[in-house]
Amino acid sequence: MKHIKTINKPYLQSTLKTGGCGECQASCQSACKTSCTVGNQVCEKRK
Amino acid sequence: MDVNIHKFRYKDLYFLLDVNSGTVHVIDKIIYDIMDSFAGNNDAAVISQLSADYKQADLQEALDELHKLIDMGQLFAPNIEIPPVFADKGLVKSMCLLVAQDCNMRCKYCFADAGEYGDADKTLMSKEVGEAAVEYIIKHSGKRKHCEIDFFGGEPLVNLSVVKHITAYVRKREQETGKIFKLTLTTNGLALNDDSIAFLNDNNISVVISLDGRKETHDRIRPDAGGNGTYDRIVPKFKKLLAGRNNENYYMRGTYTKYDLDFTKDVLSMADEGFDILSMEPVVTKGDVPYAITEADLPEIFAEYDRLVEAYMQRRRAGKGFFFFHFNVDLNDGPCVAKKLSGCGAGHEYYAVSAHGDLYPCHQFVGRDKYLLGNVFDGVKNTEMPNHFRNCHVLNKELCRECWARFFCSGGCHANADLFNNDIYKPYELGCELQKKRLESAIVVQAINAMED
Repeated sequence: MKHIKTINKPYLQSTLKTGGCGECQASCQSACKTSCTVGNQVCEKRK
Repeated sequence: MDVNIHKFRYKDLYFLLDVNSGTVHVIDKIIYDIMDSFAGNNDAAVISQLSADYKQADLQEALDELHKLIDMGQLFAPNIEIPPVFADKGLVKSMCLLVAQDCNMRCKYCFADAGEYGDADKTLMSKEVGEAAVEYIIKHSGKRKHCEIDFFGGEPLVNLSVVKHITAYVRKREQETGKIFKLTLTTNGLALNDDSIAFLNDNNISVVISLDGRKETHDRIRPDAGGNGTYDRIVPKFKKLLAGRNNENYYMRGTYTKYDLDFTKDVLSMADEGFDILSMEPVVTKGDVPYAITEADLPEIFAEYDRLVEAYMQRRRAGKGFFFFHFNVDLNDGPCVAKKLSGCGAGHEYYAVSAHGDLYPCHQFVGRDKYLLGNVFDGVKNTEMPNHFRNCHVLNKELCRECWARFFCSGGCHANADLFNNDIYKPYELGCELQKKRLESAIVVQAINAMED
């Protein structure tokens, strides 16, 4: 496309049915533990 | 503008995020302007509105591209509601053990009051409490294989013998139960010695180590119990610790305050010392203290994040890159929606255990009486509280529902919300502003990396 460069493929909607296994790491958001926002997390199934 | 999209600018680059699909687009100025009013089905109105600025043919061409995105599910994706895979009840798989409610440092911004959390007795955790905590996780984590324990304080190395005991106990119970425990220890580094370094490295314990950047930044706010600077003592210890683990399996984290809003220099100082897995956080503090960050500081901090992005990219391009935790957003394979609703898990998947064995939603809540859940021996007595936390997700919080960052940050820190608003459902808004800027910076970094790779 001329006006748009898409950086990533959408994945969020597809996880509505497949997610929730709960195997991923906890993601504390307080500064004392590096505030790992959930966005920084890695899916344990897909890594 | 629609709450399901977010657009922003970094230098001469324009960005568009589709919130409900998580797709990031780098766009040009015409698309950027169109997105002020484009709703997916109002092309004629958009063209009429922008006809003084752009040719009709160009507007139509740009709109055609936007319609292609919509057709591909990359723009105006459907609203996300609570998915069936998000269970009503959480399984507790993660615990933070306050193995020492005592500390050998006196960091001025400490949320835990010199590590004591209001416990003037400076209690050290016993082996029995530690074992009971491990058993609690095994019993309450159901089918979850991966479990976590964070040795925390105060300063956990103050009670190293119990850390060693719990570690051995965990490894034994892993063999017996099939669970896999990830162990982490968060330390200020002052008590590191050959014995503790060998123990941490030999037992595959991840470490989170605290350094605030430049020596003058660090020493001003992180003195020892006698008021002396600690930088010169801890940096060599950190280097020795990391050399013994191939410079892996660690995070170095720092805190910036109003004293050092030029924190890019602190991040680069850490990198120059050879530490390359870094994080730098804004201080969270309530009350009239000179190092507190206030709303008036935001413009300066936002400009500083832009400088940090620039410095980060410069080093990366020069082959001297470092890993900055908050820029490391995975745009392609991030966590599922259920995880994004679970957030940090505090109070329903993650508990803190005080040195006495009391259970709290997380380490920051320790000592806040109304959040006491129970203890590791008798279990949770306040059974309503875990539900309160489980339901405290972005789709149930008024401010979060309409925030573009909701599926990245997952609603922020409950403890901060409670600290500032006395209600975990009302986010700490200054923190939100910082978070959003940091996320924009992360998106910029990831997008530039993707375009340059």
